Amino acid sequence: MIIVRLALQSLANRWLTACLTILSIALSVMLLLGVEKVRTGARQSFANTISGTDLIVGARSGNLNLLLYSVFRIGNATNNITWKTYQDIKQHPDIAWIVPISLGDSHRGFRVMGTVPEYFTHYHYRRGQPLAFSAGAPFSDLFDAVIGADVAAQLGYRLGDRIVVAHGAGAVSFLEHDDKPFRVSGILAKTGTPVDRTVHVSLEAIEAIHVDWQSGARDPTKAVSADDVRRMDLTPKAITAAFVGLKSRLAAFRVQREINNYRQEPLSAILPGATLQELWGLVGTAETALSAVSGMVVITALLGMVTMILTTLNERRREMAILRSVGARPSTILSLLVVEAGVLTLLGVLVGTLLLYGALIGLQPYIDRTYGLHIAVDAPSVDQLKILGGIVAAGFFAGLLPALRAYRLSLADGMTVRT
Amino acid sequence: MGGVRFTWPGRNPFTLAIDGFSLGQGERLLLIGPSGSGKSTFLSLLAGIAKPDAGKIEVLGTDIARLDGAARDRFRAEHYGIIFQMFNLLPYASVIDNVLLPLSFSPSRKKRADARGGGRAEASRLLANLGIESSLIESGAAAILSVGQQQRVAAARALIGSPEIVIADEPTSSLDRNRQQAFLDLLFAEVDAAGAALVMVSHDESLAGRFSRVADLAEIAQASRGGRS
Repeated sequence: MIIVRLALQSLANRWLTACLTILSIALSVMLLLGVEKVRTGARQSFANTISGTDLIVGARSGNLNLLLYSVFRIGNATNNITWKTYQDIKQHPDIAWIVPISLGDSHRGFRVMGTVPEYFTHYHYRRGQPLAFSAGAPFSDLFDAVIGADVAAQLGYRLGDRIVVAHGAGAVSFLEHDDKPFRVSGILAKTGTPVDRTVHVSLEAIEAIHVDWQSGARDPTKAVSADDVRRMDLTPKAITAAFVGLKSRLAAFRVQREINNYRQEPLSAILPGATLQELWGLVGTAETALSAVSGMVVITALLGMVTMILTTLNERRREMAILRSVGARPSTILSLLVVEAGVLTLLGVLVGTLLLYGALIGLQPYIDRTYGLHIAVDAPSVDQLKILGGIVAAGFFAGLLPALRAYRLSLADGMTVRT
Repeated sequence: MGGVRFTWPGRNPFTLAIDGFSLGQGERLLLIGPSGSGKSTFLSLLAGIAKPDAGKIEVLGTDIARLDGAARDRFRAEHYGIIFQMFNLLPYASVIDNVLLPLSFSPSRKKRADARGGGRAEASRLLANLGIESSLIESGAAAILSVGQQQRVAAARALIGSPEIVIADEPTSSLDRNRQQAFLDLLFAEVDAAGAALVMVSHDESLAGRFSRVADLAEIAQASRGGRS
């Protein structure tokens, strides 16, 4: 119909302001959806990191702290558990398996974790998926290392390469265990979890590289060569934490309580799922604030559109008068402006959604690599579609304000246009 | 029109009183009056854009003073062609769309245009008769036309579908004298061809000779400003 065509032509005539309006709505929609995507992506990522582990045991500390350093390699352990305690817990009748880990060293910014070969069979992620080797095998020799997919990809390591472990967890370290280099014996397949960014060695190897160390520095008078160390007793004196699998999940709370009440040493045992919930409770406020801010940005963009239409109204009174003179009803003029606002909002929402998906597809590998955050590129959820629909409806509704003003102007102007 | 009273509301109200006025079919009336004498208000009442506070405005057998707003709009679309003093066209729309605009609001004018070979053909014919080059008709956006061309396109829009009444509010005041004459020649020819009545307002009495009737608005209507009445 000619009226619709005229409305579009009228918009095209003001294409620059129209484009800027669409762009500002698009960016606000992109922000709103993006925040939601990152939020769900982060939650998914965290929730997918550990699976099948019923308890995590560490030295007495906050639940979150224990979860963050043992599973996510964020922060550091406050204390260690003695080997004797570990052996004690291992004897508990309800425990099916227990895997000790030892943290504290690093390799070029990647954490080094001492553990036992069973780790590769018991540690599961993403709904019970086990770790898989893309090349090689678990460590068989004392100085064998198994590296995560990101370590291999970013440092370009292949099987058989020699690597040197540095003391401490910092990205740059001047203290290196360069007298006892490791050989890459296995490379793990990509998991999308912190495992990808970890160098795994045996517990004995952690002990071995530290035999001639004292209070955080190498003692040259006690230097032990890489060959000599093999003949020493390398039973660890302490571990950082342990992952525990139970025979029956029903026993989880009981075993947790027993470990928390362990007499010989202050310990903490956590249920990973419950502690993740604690974490969400903590960051929930920040998430709500982010969502509120991005919601405000959308409202601001819609207000900008209303302002744009209102400011053009005066110069368009002529247009309205012409339409009235050929028989357009005030209601036609009203709907013309409401439709204009609605079309602008709809285009903004569409462009914003496309921009977001373009950005997601483009940036996903980078975000994955840099933050270890896997954001799924999937269709918007029903809730998000509802929000988008709501924004479009709000756009039409916002158009009523300038439309009603134009309606009143066109009634008052009659045939004479006062410009 | 009989006993019509109309007041523009506001802080400085302006009242127009028309005791009696009539226009014959096919008549060509020139209304003369100084600015501020209520010419535009008179035309608004005649075209049913403004609704009188009292009285009767019978057009083609219908008292438009009794119609509600939407019905008056429909009535205007069906029976009136209107030409403004200037800026008649939607600048972003094409010439032909500007001319076709009234047809989308008036079924009967559309029917009449269709009977003569369709809206586009009728619009092209009117534009050609009014001296608009065919290259402009096909491709031109209204914004690139000269003022004289714009007024002629406006005349084509007022005439398409043969409305019974053509109202022109100083259509020639933005044209120079030569162009005024040429514009009136074309307008009269087309108004005659359509069999319409023409009411034109001007403050230029030199045009009087070309109309079948000349009236001073002061004789028809009494205007009064808020303070004095």
